[in-house]
Amino acid sequence: MSKLPDGRYVDDAPYDPNVDLSALDRSDMDAPNWVLVWRRFRRHKLGLISGLFLLFSYLMLPFAGFISPYTPNERSAEHLYHPPQLIHWWHEDTFVGPYVYPTTAKADLESFRWTYDVDRTRPMPLKFFCEGREYRLAGFIKTDTHLFCAPEGATVFLLGSDRLGRDVFSRILYGAQLSLTVGLIGITVSFLLGIFFGSVAGYFGGKTDWVINRMIEILRSLPELPLWLALSAAVPSNWSPVAVFFIISVILGILDWPGLARAVRSKFLSLREEEYVRAAEMMGAKPGRVIRRHLLPNFMSHLIASATLSIPAMILGETALSFLGLGLRAPAVSWGVMLNDAQNLASIEIYPWTAIPMLPIIFVVLAFNFLGDGLRDSLDPYKA
Amino acid sequence: MMFIRYAIYRLMTMIVTLFVVSILIFIIINLPPGDYLSNQIAELRATGQAEGVAKAEFLRKEYALDRPLWEQYLIWAGFAPGPQGFSGLIQGDFGWSFEFDRPVADIVGDALWLTVLVNLAAVLFVYLVALPLGVIAAARSESWVDYTAAFVGYLGLATPNFLLALMLFYYGNKYLGLPIGGLMSPEYEGEPMSWPKVQSILVHMIVPTFVIGTSGAAAMMQRLRANMLDELSKPYVETARAKGLSPSRMLTKYPLRMAFNPFVADIGNLLPGMVSGSVLVSVVLGLQTIGPALLTALKSQDQFLAAFILMFVALLTLIGTMISDLLLVLLDPRIRYGARDG
Repeated sequence: MSKLPDGRYVDDAPYDPNVDLSALDRSDMDAPNWVLVWRRFRRHKLGLISGLFLLFSYLMLPFAGFISPYTPNERSAEHLYHPPQLIHWWHEDTFVGPYVYPTTAKADLESFRWTYDVDRTRPMPLKFFCEGREYRLAGFIKTDTHLFCAPEGATVFLLGSDRLGRDVFSRILYGAQLSLTVGLIGITVSFLLGIFFGSVAGYFGGKTDWVINRMIEILRSLPELPLWLALSAAVPSNWSPVAVFFIISVILGILDWPGLARAVRSKFLSLREEEYVRAAEMMGAKPGRVIRRHLLPNFMSHLIASATLSIPAMILGETALSFLGLGLRAPAVSWGVMLNDAQNLASIEIYPWTAIPMLPIIFVVLAFNFLGDGLRDSLDPYKA
Repeated sequence: MMFIRYAIYRLMTMIVTLFVVSILIFIIINLPPGDYLSNQIAELRATGQAEGVAKAEFLRKEYALDRPLWEQYLIWAGFAPGPQGFSGLIQGDFGWSFEFDRPVADIVGDALWLTVLVNLAAVLFVYLVALPLGVIAAARSESWVDYTAAFVGYLGLATPNFLLALMLFYYGNKYLGLPIGGLMSPEYEGEPMSWPKVQSILVHMIVPTFVIGTSGAAAMMQRLRANMLDELSKPYVETARAKGLSPSRMLTKYPLRMAFNPFVADIGNLLPGMVSGSVLVSVVLGLQTIGPALLTALKSQDQFLAAFILMFVALLTLIGTMISDLLLVLLDPRIRYGARDG
């Protein structure tokens, strides 16, 4: 830029006759949609942290057996209701590395509970990549290597042990496998049903719409939990834990779809009047194709955001069912099954660590809520 | 006049819904193979107690359990004559509980009223908490009040109801001396209503009301806050401010009125969740509502008892939703009833 003697400004850059006049000034605004969404989402700190936390939790699931020092149903009969143990590093001002103190159980015959004497003279370092009970890595590979395990003659109960002397920490990790996937399977069922009924009702309208709409209204006006209870009471008690797990997730999903279907329906009602739908129909597209190729992609991202927001309800639902003894059953391990042990006030007062599984539940549910909120806010990147 | 017509229309739809729901519930209840009596007969046969078998067989006939399912349904609902003529839900005969060997009506009795009471208290709690908090959170948005309310709200949504119940019971008893378990002190059970009994019930209701209401109140508060914020950014608010209306008066006079309608209508959406919550919390806290009875009935396949309780719970939510719909129409003259083109 230079100033001419008469006060005008002139650009010094050489003139390029081939410049593309339609190019944008700011090419970053022309990024694909998902980049824009990601940029907005990144600013939603709470949602981002929650998303990372959930990603981490789900990635950890296949390795639960490796990380946990015990297997979920491994009992140590000598350490019932063992309080949480600390991992120490320094023993009498010398560095030993991570170690635990061995404990011995003593029956307190006055209050009828177990107390534990900690032997503070003998630090026992933890073993790493050591051999423990056999488990299946990711459900397939048989192995017995654990990330860390207790030294001979001592125990490592990071979060204490329960009524039968099982390690609460390991059980929480194993429980995550079921508790976290229950929501995913449930939401898949609910998603498929919701999109199917919602799109059929919204696209065809008329009598179909009326029938489906009434169905939605009826299901939405019913209290979920009693129906969940009734449905899961109908699950035969001789089924294998895996079958029970699947059927419970399906039950959780079956009652959840009406909310989703209603959202889909109202979107369809407005979108089916658009010109591109008419154009597709005129070119001979079948309803199935119009719905799948032209209509659904319009608001798939919104549906995913709202699905994220309804996963917590399913996780809480599974917990409640298992807590009441109608959901997953032992030997299956889920957070609800674990809380079943903490059912009475006595155990909360005397053995508060048996209620620890509630913490992961709260964290996961909160994380899903924040993630869903963040996604919903960032899905409209052109909004201010 | 229009309102009465709408009310009648709404009542009719509710009755039709109830009819569909009764079919649904009957199917769900009959999903498990066999029934209470056939299981019992098999068990009695296996242990060789012949005299019990005769009674069970008699009851099976008496309650038409030996007929096809659709006939059973018609008899149960009271649309078709059973062994004792027309005697079903419509006629006010709720059936027989095999587990307790007493009529269902005897068993649920008081529990029905206590259930209604607990849920009413929870609804009241939701309104009392959500209204001021939501308004304050919106008026002072992005201040510490707003953040605290949001935080508590999120926590209320995320904590499983039953755990919240257990913990509040424990700490409430430890620090505030609140009573543990039940809906009244044991000495008042089965007693006629009296002032001390009412007092006892009120004190016992504090924790359950709080637990059942928290998640509802949190959801309601968030929605009220969002609605209020929408209203607060409108030009008429600016005008009112510019004319010198005091902030609190301005808030209550215009935006609150506008945000109030969805607030009333939403209770219909929250009610199913709250009734669910009350069933769960009742089981955990041992309240004498129908929650614990439902659980035992479902576990032992006591079908008439379970079906009746499910029907009652559904009826409760349907009536609640209907009332909220009617209130909304009364409150908001902009809502047109009936056909959209009218």
